[in-house]
Amino acid sequence: MTGAMTDFLLILISTVLVNNFVLVQFLGLCPFMGVSNKLETAMGMSLATTFVLTLSSVCSYLVYSALLKPFGLEYLQTIAFILVIAVVVQFTEMVVHKTSPMLYKLLGIFLPLITTNCAVLGVALLNIKKQNGFIESIAYGFGAAVGFSLALVLFSAIRERVAVADVPVPFRGAAIGMVTAGLMSLAFMGFAGLVQF
Amino acid sequence: MSLIRMSSPHVYKANSTANVMRLVLLATLPGITALTVFFGWGTLIQIVWAALLAVAFEAAILKLRRRPLGFYLSDGSAIVTALLLAVAIPPFAPWWVTAVGVFVAIVIAKHLYGGLGQNPFNPAMVAYALLLISFPVEMTRWTSPFVLNGEGWPVASFMDTLGAIFGSVEHIWYDSFTGATPLDELRHRGGLTTEETWRQSLVLSQGIGAWHAVSAAWFMGGIFLLYRKIITWHAPISMLLALAVCATLFYGFDPDSYADPFFHLSTGATMLAAFFIITDPVSSATSNRGRIIFGASIGVLIFIIRTWGNYPDGVAFAVLLLNLAAPFIDLYSQPRSYGHSRANKGRGGKA
Repeated sequence: MTGAMTDFLLILISTVLVNNFVLVQFLGLCPFMGVSNKLETAMGMSLATTFVLTLSSVCSYLVYSALLKPFGLEYLQTIAFILVIAVVVQFTEMVVHKTSPMLYKLLGIFLPLITTNCAVLGVALLNIKKQNGFIESIAYGFGAAVGFSLALVLFSAIRERVAVADVPVPFRGAAIGMVTAGLMSLAFMGFAGLVQF
Repeated sequence: MSLIRMSSPHVYKANSTANVMRLVLLATLPGITALTVFFGWGTLIQIVWAALLAVAFEAAILKLRRRPLGFYLSDGSAIVTALLLAVAIPPFAPWWVTAVGVFVAIVIAKHLYGGLGQNPFNPAMVAYALLLISFPVEMTRWTSPFVLNGEGWPVASFMDTLGAIFGSVEHIWYDSFTGATPLDELRHRGGLTTEETWRQSLVLSQGIGAWHAVSAAWFMGGIFLLYRKIITWHAPISMLLALAVCATLFYGFDPDSYADPFFHLSTGATMLAAFFIITDPVSSATSNRGRIIFGASIGVLIFIIRTWGNYPDGVAFAVLLLNLAAPFIDLYSQPRSYGHSRANKGRGGKA
């Protein structure tokens, strides 16, 4: 039991800090740049992505091990995962629409865009590549989502501050955002070597 | 005894930025002296070189941004940034390492964000982290203290040091008196226990005094800043306390694999960071409670990166990581405003 707990913890530390999906593996950059102008939307997006990522990580694992593998259809994994992700996103969209119309409005186009968030597909494919089991897939998906959320929320808090700073005109907006993302990535390199996973 | 009666305001002169920067420069004197005594002329040369570059880059970028030169240059903030970077990089680092560092600090980390007072990251630490990742060989070749190199004080003559930094002397020559720092030794010790490492390593058994002295000097400078109320106690004390608590817990639990708390406090850049880096009013958290969270988190991160990470000293990364968390910490550590029963946490209400 303690072994499983340690594994779980190591996967979390690895995916949240050491191999952060956004800042170290550079996946999911579109929502990272696109939804980080305001803290509220960033938080909503983080929650939605956490939900989708964890769920799709598990679902895609199940589809792979229960459907694709027994029938020898591994070569269909990419297209199958895209389908699974689309379904999970649609489901999330319906839930958010019913439970929080305000958030639904704030997220706007970005909610359907989770479908094309490469981090989501990345997690599904990496699960297979790393031969993660069922529990590990949950931990991996959840850790990736927490790492994504951490980066996104911190980034949006900085961007709100930078938005009112006297940034030179050619660097305003996305340009200084990119510079900031680069410096955040630099900071996250400090975690290198914490976990060999 | 007659008291002079005056009505308010009693504080009649605002503390200008230039004055604050002058006091910070004054407070670094003990640290610079200690570094020069134990590690040779390199530190002084780096400081002068970095300061010249900093003023030049600052002037150039101000020109490009069409801002008044005199007003911005005279506040001395560029020189402080250059100094903090120069004391952090190895005394015998080649001239271009310093040049790249100062460029990154002044142009990218400071002026792209709008200049003094608006940079979310500490410029000196951005530059240091970037240099450490880009030029690991040059950046990890720290000088051995003069007590270890056999020829006594100073480590190298002034002209030789100048030659080593500006590239006219072969690299081999100064390899002979550069060596691992105490943190390096303890980090890359293979399977030895702390005590065995201590006995085997010359740096730890004989040279450690130099690092203790340098840390003590930075500490003195820090006390001066506290006394002059340039900085508040919250961030430095909570950082040192958090680092000491982490180190004590692990050392008490397993003294063979971990270093003792005094070692953590008195080597590397701990004291420099505690009093001169994390007290930067711009890139740290704003409220007192926020500063305590900010400082304590840095202390914990320094311990984590030093103990398990790839880098022997994690100060720069710990500071950057908390710099990027500072705006978020600020949102959740706002003090209670007068007339309200509860603090306004997060965005809450009509902000």
